[in-house]
Formats: sequence, structure tokens, C-alpha cells
Amino acid sequence: MTGKSTLNADEWRVADPDRPSDLLAREQLLEMYYFTRLAREVEERLVILFRQSKVIGGLYRSLGQEGESVATAYALQRRDAVLPLIRNMGALMTMGVRPIEIFRQYMAKGTSNSRGRDLNIHIVHMPAPDTHEPVIVGPISMLGDSIPVAAGIAMGARMRNNPRVAMAWIGDGATSTGAFHEGMNFAAVQKIPLVVVAEDNKYAYSTPISQQMAIKRIDERAESYGIAHELVDGNDMLAVYDVAKRMVESARAGHGPQLIGIDTMRMQGHAQHDDARYVPKTLLDEWTAKDPLRRFRQVLIERSIAGDRELDYIDKMAKDYAAREADLAVDEPMPDPATVTRGVYAGDDYAVPRIELVKSPFARVSAGLKTRPTQEEVS
Amino acid sequence: MSGGSKDPPYTSAFIMAVITYLEAIRQALFDEMSADERVFVMGEDVGAYGGAFKVTEGLQDKFGEARVIDTPISEIAIVGSAIGASYMGMRPVCEIQFIDFIACCFDMLTNFAATSRYRNGAGVPIVVRGPCGGGVGGGPFHSLNPESFFLNTPGLKMVEPSTAYDAKGLLKAAIRDDDPVLYFEHKFLYRRIKDEVPDEDYIVPLGKAAVRCEGSDLTIITFGAMVHTALDAAKQLEADGVHAEVLDLRSLAPLDREAILASVAKTSRVLLLYEARRTGGIGGELAAIIAEEAFEYLDAPIMRIASEDAPVPYAPPLEAAFLPTVDKVVEGARKLVEY
Ligand SMILES: Cc1ncc(C[n+]2csc(CCOP(=O)(O)OP(=O)(O)O)c2C)c(N)n1
Ligand SMILES: [Mg+2]
Repeated sequence: MTGKSTLNADEWRVADPDRPSDLLAREQLLEMYYFTRLAREVEERLVILFRQSKVIGGLYRSLGQEGESVATAYALQRRDAVLPLIRNMGALMTMGVRPIEIFRQYMAKGTSNSRGRDLNIHIVHMPAPDTHEPVIVGPISMLGDSIPVAAGIAMGARMRNNPRVAMAWIGDGATSTGAFHEGMNFAAVQKIPLVVVAEDNKYAYSTPISQQMAIKRIDERAESYGIAHELVDGNDMLAVYDVAKRMVESARAGHGPQLIGIDTMRMQGHAQHDDARYVPKTLLDEWTAKDPLRRFRQVLIERSIAGDRELDYIDKMAKDYAAREADLAVDEPMPDPATVTRGVYAGDDYAVPRIELVKSPFARVSAGLKTRPTQEEVS
Repeated sequence: MSGGSKDPPYTSAFIMAVITYLEAIRQALFDEMSADERVFVMGEDVGAYGGAFKVTEGLQDKFGEARVIDTPISEIAIVGSAIGASYMGMRPVCEIQFIDFIACCFDMLTNFAATSRYRNGAGVPIVVRGPCGGGVGGGPFHSLNPESFFLNTPGLKMVEPSTAYDAKGLLKAAIRDDDPVLYFEHKFLYRRIKDEVPDEDYIVPLGKAAVRCEGSDLTIITFGAMVHTALDAAKQLEADGVHAEVLDLRSLAPLDREAILASVAKTSRVLLLYEARRTGGIGGELAAIIAEEAFEYLDAPIMRIASEDAPVPYAPPLEAAFLPTVDKVVEGARKLVEY
């Protein structure tokens, strides 16, 4: 099982079976751009709320990683399961989580999915089996734990004859945990349809990846489990989508778990309190030039998918939407202290607000649209 | 000892068979897997081999490899994937080969499973079961009684049967429960204890203690294998005219406060008997409940008899010195009634 590097992805070609992104319609490409911009704008709003002391606790940005988050999740079907981490705001936007849910969580509102019991993106969505909605299981803080749970979700869905691919994201640091190892190995022997997105963003808090693993490529973590793996330029959204899509379909077809290694960079400190002075400026400069959103925009313009005017409009749409959602959430009430012991056990549940899922402005158009032809169709 | 408590009632409608504690656990698994296709078993060597103690023997033949899963030696993956599968509507029963290894998945249980419902309303209906307890020369890593490690974790339930009747009824109740249940089965009892167990479907509800022997002079509150130690002690005390009541907790979380307080109100003297180490054990919590809520009934200090504060030793003379014994219980009880 040799990992194939798709760093420096080739030029765009029509309907190459290795490049599922060739099949993306214009509206889908714009939708990916929109989700990426929306993830960034939601976080920009969170920064404002954080500075106003309205965010309770820490704030973690995914600046520079929004593209890989969106492009991996975009490879899923709507019914699949996602287990994002703190830096996967893009995945949550892609699966249709309404931004207000994020603001509520970060401000510990009583209206939030966790009703102020848990932090940031620690949200859970369990759709009824027959609905066309994703399973969303936010992380707990113990890094690595999502991997065995993700394996169990995909295994359990298979046992219930209601199969779903599970996608779980994990940082370079978290790939050093025992939970990661056990989950990967278990998924491999059980041939579970699990796709793991391992993000090498060069640091785990202040610890550089060289202190985290003695291998050069994060995707090689998968080798000893017999899990298919590839490394991809994480700031090239279409390259990420291509690998992710192939892996998701391979997992769905019964070929077992897959791991996609993401070469990217955490562009800010671990959280807002961390000025990241341990990161060399040259490294940041190098990656600033590779900003995924700017690069994707460039691709869209070069391929005449959209012009600056249209893309500026999408930018504004995302920014305004994030602002409106933040404003709505700000005035919502905090949880009632009298509920502090409610819902520890079954039988004492009280209403858990269901996560509101929304469609993007592009969804209606892209759903009915014929995508680009495949090679067979062309010839 | 004869089977079970006064509840639920025995009726002639039940076909009763005398079976071992171990066989009762196996029957519960068979019954629940037959009745509910969502129930499945996973663990190390549970498949064709039938488990280290043969609890799951025959299960894979009947239900197949998809429902009786041999896992890698990965307690985190066993419990973690069980959590995930339970989210999808399954009812996993995880076997921990020796309960000592539950330490390896402590995080999954206490941080993930126990908090899930409280955080986001996502229940985790899993059972994690395995052989606990000493007295068999198991040494420091095959003799653990881990209940106090979990007692401080709301969201988990815990049970430990002392009879075959309860072993079956509690396991069925645990599997049907919508919360994560830790089910400790005492390996000393596996093949030593036999009692009458109905073939018909029944459960022993979680959270309900049982009076195993009525008395008026003191209450011995205990559970698991120590129930039998307490009953032996009660017999000896009886010869001296001391009437000990033995209360079998059966559920360690939630505790049956009502039954505890009722018995204390009746006897006014309490001996807390548990096989885990004394310090920080469940006896401390029981003592606090009794001191807080039944202080005025007490005629003597609350006494704890438990294992010594040391790792579980291996050599038989060391282990004998380490564990609570009938003699220690009799001596303690005498002190209490003479106080
Ligand atoms: C098991 C565990 N140990 C320690 C921590 C504290 N912690 C939170 S995030 C973090 C760094 C994570 O680095 P990485 O996995 O590379 O993800 P990144 O933050 O780079 O996205 C640490 C050490 C934790 N959350 N979980
Ligand atoms: Mg990292």
C-alpha cells in the first residue's frame, strides 16, 4: 500500500477519473468557495466576540486550514458522519450547520446544542435513520478519542443496515495518542468505512512535528495498519477534494479505512492567548503566500468560473451572514442554573435543542445541475 | 445460599433451574441477543474461544462473527467503538478480559461515555462487563475491584451481583438500560455459586438493594463476593445471639439510599464491608450518607472492613492477610454490638 503524494497538483484537465473535482459543476465550486469564506468569517466574528469578553473560555482559529476542512467534507454524501475537531469549522459549515449554533456554543448560551454544558464546537446531531441528514459528533477534549468512536459509528451504521461513511479529522499531535492507534488498527481489521484526515499543521500547541513523530510524512502513520494513505497539499482545495473523494468512495465500496495526510500550516497561535513566538517568521511568510482561500479564488478566476465581482459578492454575503448570526445569538439567554443536574441519566432528559441544518444559497442550483461529463461520456 | 432476594417474587409459573453464576451471565447474553438484534458482544477472545472464563462460550456459534466480535487488545477501541455503535442504535456489550484492564479505557468511560447525555443529549447505552475481585491468587493485576474509581463519575451506572439469579437479572436490566452500565462479575463466584434461576424473562432492576438475611442488632452493608462472607459471619454471630442483617447493594450507582437508611434505622449499627482497598472506597461514601441522613439512629460508630491499603498481593498468605475475612467481620460485629 504505497502512499501517493499529490503535492503540486497537476493542471486542470477535463473528466480525469483520478480527478473527481473535474466533475464539479460551477455552482459546486462556488459553494466550496462560499463555505470556506463562511468558516473564516464566522471565526472573524468570534474574534470580535472574544475581545468583547462574550466568548467563554478560549477561542481556537483554523486560519489557513479552512480550505482542507471544506474540501474533505465536500467529498462526503449528506448522510455521512463527521467527527470534526476544533479547527474544522469548514467541515461544519459544509455539512450545513447553521452558524448561529457555533456562536451559541462559544458564548455558552442556554439555547445552544449543549445548553451551556460544553464548549465551542462540542455539538452532536443524531438524525433519525431515515432522514437525509448528517451524523455530527463533535469532539471531547481528549484528543484521539474521536477515532475509535468514529469507527464505531461507521460499524454501527453498517450493522443497522443503514451504512454511512465516517470522516474524522485529527491533528499531528493527536496522532501520537493511544486512542488514535487503537482506533485505526481496529477500523483496519474490521474494514470499517472510515476516512481519517490527519492534519500536519506543523505544530501541536508549541511542539513542532519533529518532536511528535520520527517519520517525515504524517500519512505514513497509516502504513503499519495496512490502511491506504496519501499526502496532499492541504492548501490546494481541489487537490484535497480529489484525494478525499477517491478515499470516501473507496471506503464506501468496502475497501476499509483510508487516511489522507494534509500538508498545511496553523497560521496563528494554538488559541487566542498564544502569540506563537516559537514559530519562525519565515515559515509563516511561506504559508501566507499559500493561503487556501486566495489560491482557490485564483483558480476560479483562471478557469473563468467566476470573476472578481461575483467572488466579492460571495465574500460579502458570507461576512454579512456571519455578522447577522452572531448578533442574533448575542442576546440569547444563558442556561438556567436550576438545570445543573438535569439530564445526567436517561429519564431525566430535558429538551436538547436540535442543531439547525441549513442549505447554502448554491445548494438548490447545484442539486439540479448536471455535472461535468466523465471520460466515458465524452468518448 | 438460596437464590435471590424477596423481590421479584417467585411464582410457580417460572421454570427454575439451578445454574452457576457464570452460566447465568451467559444465559442473559443469549436471551438478550435472541430477543434484540441490536445487542452484540465484543472483546478479546470472546468468539470461537468463548472468553478467558468461557462466559461467551457458544455465543459465536449461535449468533455469528458479526455479532460476537473478537477485537484486538485495545480496550480504548473496544469501548470507543461501542460508544459510536450505540449512537447508531446498537446495544453493545463489551467484555474486559479482566476488569483490571478497565483502567486502559478509563478515559473513554469517564470522559466520553459518562458525559455524552449531559452534554448533548446523546445517550450511550453500552454495557462494559468483566471479572473482578480477588481470592484466586491473581496478583496485583488480575484481582481488582474498581468501583470506587468510577463512583465519582456521574453518568455511569454500576452493578455487581452476588447470586446467579441477580447475575442474570442485572445483566438483562443493564443491557436494556439507556445509560452506560459497568457490570462487575466476581470471578470467585463464577463456578462456586449456584442458585435457582427462572427460564422466563425477568430483570433485577438497577438501583435496588436486597436484604439477604434479616437481623436487628447490626447491618452489614456489602455486595459481590463479600455478601457470602457476610452471610457466613452472620451465621457465626447468630450462635452468639447476635442478629446481623445483611444488605446486598447489588447496584453501586445509583445506590439504594432508601434500603440503606431503612436498615440503619432498624438496627442502629453499621458495618460496611467491601473488598476494594479501604481508603477512598465505596465505604467512605456509604458512611457519609449514613452520617448525614441517619445520624440520630446510630448507637455506635460506623465501621469499615475492607482490604488493606496496598496493591493486591499474589502469595496466598499475603492475599489472605490482605482480604476481608469472616473472622474479621465477626470480630468487628462483636465490637459494634458491645460498643
Ligand atoms: C489527550 C490530550 N492531551 C492534551 C491535550 C491538550 N491539548 C489541546 S490541543 C493540543 C495540541 C493539539 O495539537 P494537534 O493535534 O497537532 O492539533 P492542532 O491544534 O495543531 O490542530 C493539546 C496538547 C488534549 N486536548 N488532549
Ligand atoms: Mg497540529
